[in-house]
Amino acid sequence: MVALHVNGKVFQVDVSRDTPLLWVLRDHLNLKGTKYSCGIGECGSCTVHVDGKAVRSCTISVGEVQRKKITTIEGLPENHPVKKAWIKEQVVQCGYCQPGVIMQVAALLSQRPALDADQIITKMDDVICRCGTYPRIKRGIKTAIQMTKKEVKKS
Amino acid sequence: MKTSMTRRAFLKGSLAAAGLTIGVSVTPFGHRLLDASEIDSFSPNVWFKITPDNKIAIFVGNSEMGQGILTALSMIVAEELEADWSRVQVKQAPAADLFKNPIIGVQVTVASASVRGFYEPLRKAGAAGRAMLIKAAAETWKVPEDECKAFMSTVKHAKSGRTLTYGQLCLKAAKLEVPKDPPLKKEGEFRYMGKPMPRVDAPDKVSGKAVYGLDVTLKDLHYAVIARPPAYGAKPLSFDQKAAEQVSGVLKVVQIPEGIAVCAKSVDAALKGRDALKVNWDKGVLPDMNNDYIEKSMLEDLNKPLLSVVNTGDAKKAIGEAAKKVEANYFVPFVAHTTMEPMNCTAYVTDDRCDVWAPTQAQFGAQMLASKASGLPKEKVHVNTPFMGCGLGRRAKPDFVVEAVTISKAVGKPVKVFWTREEDIKYDYFRAAGSHRIEAGLDSQGRLIGWSHKLVSPSIAKWVNPMQLKDGIDWFCMWGIADRPESYGWNNRIQYEIPNLSIEFLLSPLPIPCGPWRSVQNGPNAFVIESFIDELAHAAGKDPLEFRLQNLKNNMRARRVLEVVAEKASWGKAIPKAEGRGIAQHACFGSYVAQVAEISVNKKDGTIKVHRVVAAVDCGPVVNPDILIAQIEGGVINSLSTALKEEVKFANGGVKSANFDDYNVMRMSEVPEIEVHIVKSSEKIGGIGEVGVPPAAPAVANAFFNATGVRIRRIPLTSKTVMDALKKV
Repeated sequence: MVALHVNGKVFQVDVSRDTPLLWVLRDHLNLKGTKYSCGIGECGSCTVHVDGKAVRSCTISVGEVQRKKITTIEGLPENHPVKKAWIKEQVVQCGYCQPGVIMQVAALLSQRPALDADQIITKMDDVICRCGTYPRIKRGIKTAIQMTKKEVKKS
Repeated sequence: MKTSMTRRAFLKGSLAAAGLTIGVSVTPFGHRLLDASEIDSFSPNVWFKITPDNKIAIFVGNSEMGQGILTALSMIVAEELEADWSRVQVKQAPAADLFKNPIIGVQVTVASASVRGFYEPLRKAGAAGRAMLIKAAAETWKVPEDECKAFMSTVKHAKSGRTLTYGQLCLKAAKLEVPKDPPLKKEGEFRYMGKPMPRVDAPDKVSGKAVYGLDVTLKDLHYAVIARPPAYGAKPLSFDQKAAEQVSGVLKVVQIPEGIAVCAKSVDAALKGRDALKVNWDKGVLPDMNNDYIEKSMLEDLNKPLLSVVNTGDAKKAIGEAAKKVEANYFVPFVAHTTMEPMNCTAYVTDDRCDVWAPTQAQFGAQMLASKASGLPKEKVHVNTPFMGCGLGRRAKPDFVVEAVTISKAVGKPVKVFWTREEDIKYDYFRAAGSHRIEAGLDSQGRLIGWSHKLVSPSIAKWVNPMQLKDGIDWFCMWGIADRPESYGWNNRIQYEIPNLSIEFLLSPLPIPCGPWRSVQNGPNAFVIESFIDELAHAAGKDPLEFRLQNLKNNMRARRVLEVVAEKASWGKAIPKAEGRGIAQHACFGSYVAQVAEISVNKKDGTIKVHRVVAAVDCGPVVNPDILIAQIEGGVINSLSTALKEEVKFANGGVKSANFDDYNVMRMSEVPEIEVHIVKSSEKIGGIGEVGVPPAAPAVANAFFNATGVRIRRIPLTSKTVMDALKKV
C-alpha cells in the first residue's frame, strides 16, 4: 500500500512503489485531467505539482512522492489566474497538452523571487503542443501575470 | 419494419422531450429541410432542437480535434435561428448516416470540409426554424407575420409590446410546415458570425474535465497493449506467453493480425506483461531499408518511365525552345503526426451489440470496420466520439478501432487498446515522402512557358481510400499539383498560368504506410513548387513577388493574398532584425493563402531563427475570425516544424524514430511572431483548418536563399543540412 496526498485528500493505493505516479492518478484515483503523451518526460502533458514544483508524473514513481503534497489540474482552483487567463486568451485547441502546460505555468508563476513573463516563457521549451498554441500560451502567461498582480493589489 | 438501432437509440434519447426539430437531408441533388416526423423516416444529416424549457440543442457530427468545429457549426445555426447563445448547448453526435458531410458523402472530418460543407445547409436550417417560430407567434397573436421579429430566442410584436420565448413557441412551431427556402439574414444583421465568439469547449479543456478517448472508463475495463513487429511485414517466430501471463495484473494474451496483445487490469501491468513476452520476430519484407535506401530508390525511380497525369500543349518543345531553362530535383522526407494523445480506442463487444469510443476523424469508417471485426451488422455498432488530442489526419485511419473490437471480441470484456508514444510514431501512417524533378522554361520577358514535373511517391490512397488510386495514379499525391478530373471540385492544382504543362507520376513500391497529414500533399508539394518558382524568379532576374504576379495574371484571389501579405510585411523595404525574407502562396480546400517569412541564419552552427511569419488569407466568408487566426497560427507552426526539424528515421526495414527525444518537433522558443491578415472576400466559403500549412515551409526556404544565396532543395533545414549546403558554395 502506498499513501498519496492528492488535492488535499489522502488515498491508500494498492500498487507497487515503482509504479509511475501518472498511472496511479489516472487509473486508480480516476483523475483523468493529467495526460499521458510520451512517458519519458519529454513533452510535459502529465505535469503535476509535487510540493509546489512542476513534476512529470510519467517518470516519477509513487514511492518517491509518498507523504508529499501532490496537486493535479483538478486541484488547481477554477479561479486560478492561469485558468482564467487561458479562457480570456482562448489558448486551447485540442486541449490535450493544456492541463500540463497550465500546471507548469502555475508552478513557475508561484516561484519566488517572482519571474517575469519572458523568464517564464524561456522555461517552457520542455512542453510540447502539437496544435501550435504556443503564441497564445505566451499571451496567456502575460495575462496570468497581470491577473496575479491585480489580485495581490486587491488583497 | 427494421430501422437503424443507432438512429433509433439516438432519436429516442434526443427527441424524448417534444419540441421544434429541424433536420437537413443531403442528397446528390442538394439538401432539403425536414421536420421531426420526417427525421424518423428520412435521413437528415444535421439538426437542432428547441425544447419548452427554452433550451436549444445543436448536434455536431464532426469530430472536435482542436479546430473549433463544435463552436463554428453551432454559431452558424444560432445565427440564422436568432438564438440566444447562452441557451445553446452543443452536443457531439454519434456515428450515423444522418451526419454525412455534403462535400465528402460520408461522416468524416477531413479536407477542411466541415464549415465548407455545412455552411449553407445549416444557415437554411436555422433560418427555417426562425421563420416557423415567427409564424407560430403571429398565429398566436393573430397579427401579420411581418409585424413580428425574432430577437435572441424570443419573438416580439412591437406594436402591442408582446413577447414570447422560443420555448413557449416551439411546440406550436413544430406543427407548421418547414419552409423550403427560408430567407437568410444579411451580413449586416449577423450577431455571431464574423465575431470572435469564445470556444464552447474551452472551459472543460482548461478545468481538466474534458473527456478524451484515453480517458473513457468502463466497469471491468481491460487495458490492452500490443507487441508489434519492429520491421514492416515481420512475423513473430516465438514469444513467451506464460511469462507474460505470470506478470501481476495481466489477465490474458491474445494473438491478433497486428501483433500479440496483452490485456491487464492496468496500463502499467499491460506494459510489464508485454516486456515479458520477449517476442522473436523475423526480418520483415525489406530488412535493408533505411533513410539512404529510401531517398536513393525514390530519386532513381524518377529515371523510369512515369505515367502522364496532365499533358497540356507541348512542355518538352516549349522548354527546349525557351530563352531560359531551369532544372532541379527536390526531396521531401516522411514526417509523423505525433498527435499529443496517442492512438487508442475503447470497445465492448457482446453477442448482440458493439459499443466503440473512438477518438476518430472517421466515424463512418470506424463503424464499417467495427461491424466487420465484430461480425455484427452496422446497425448494432454504436460509435461514440470523445474529444481527441489533436488529429492532423492520423485519426482518419481507424486502425485502432479494429484492434479494440477484435480484442474485446476475443476476451469478451470491455477493452481499451492503448498505444505508447513509441507505437504512435513507429506505426504511423506518415505524410508521404516525394522525389520531384522539375524542368521549366521562361521566355525572354520572364514568362513561364513550359513546366515538366515528375513526382515519385509511395501510395497514400491504398492505406486510407483506395478509390483515390486509379490506373497507377494516386490522387492524394497530386494535391496541390494537379486536380483529378472527377474530384470534389475545388481548385487544387498549380496556380501559375503555364501554357505547356506536363505532369507525370510513379508510385514508389516502398512498404511504408502513408496517410493524410494536415493539408495532405499540399504541404510537401507547395514546398517544391514555391521553392522552384523562386528559382525561376532568380533565373529571370526578377523580384520573387513580381515574378509570381506576372505569372498569375488572371488569378485574382492568388494575386490579392500576395499583394496583401507583401504590403503587411513591407516587402521590398529593409527588414528590421532578419537577414532574409521569403514569400510563397498556395490555394487548397477552396481558400488562398500567402505568407512571408523573415529569418536569420547562424553561419557558424547552421541554425535558422524564424523571426516573423506574416500571412494573408482569403477563405470567403468568415464564421469565427479568432478560430481562423488560431488555425493559421497552428498550421504555420506545423509547417515550420517540417521545414526545420521533422524527418522520420528508418533502420533495418522498420522505423527507428521512437519518441520526442529523437523525433523533434517545434518548441516554444523556436516559434516566431505570427501575424494573420484576413482578406475580405465574398467568394464561396473555403476551408481553414489546413490552409495555413502549405506556404510556410517554402517561405522559409526562400528566405534562406535570400539570406545566403544558397538554395536547399530538401527539408528539413537542420543545422547539419545548412552547414553542408553552405560549405559546398
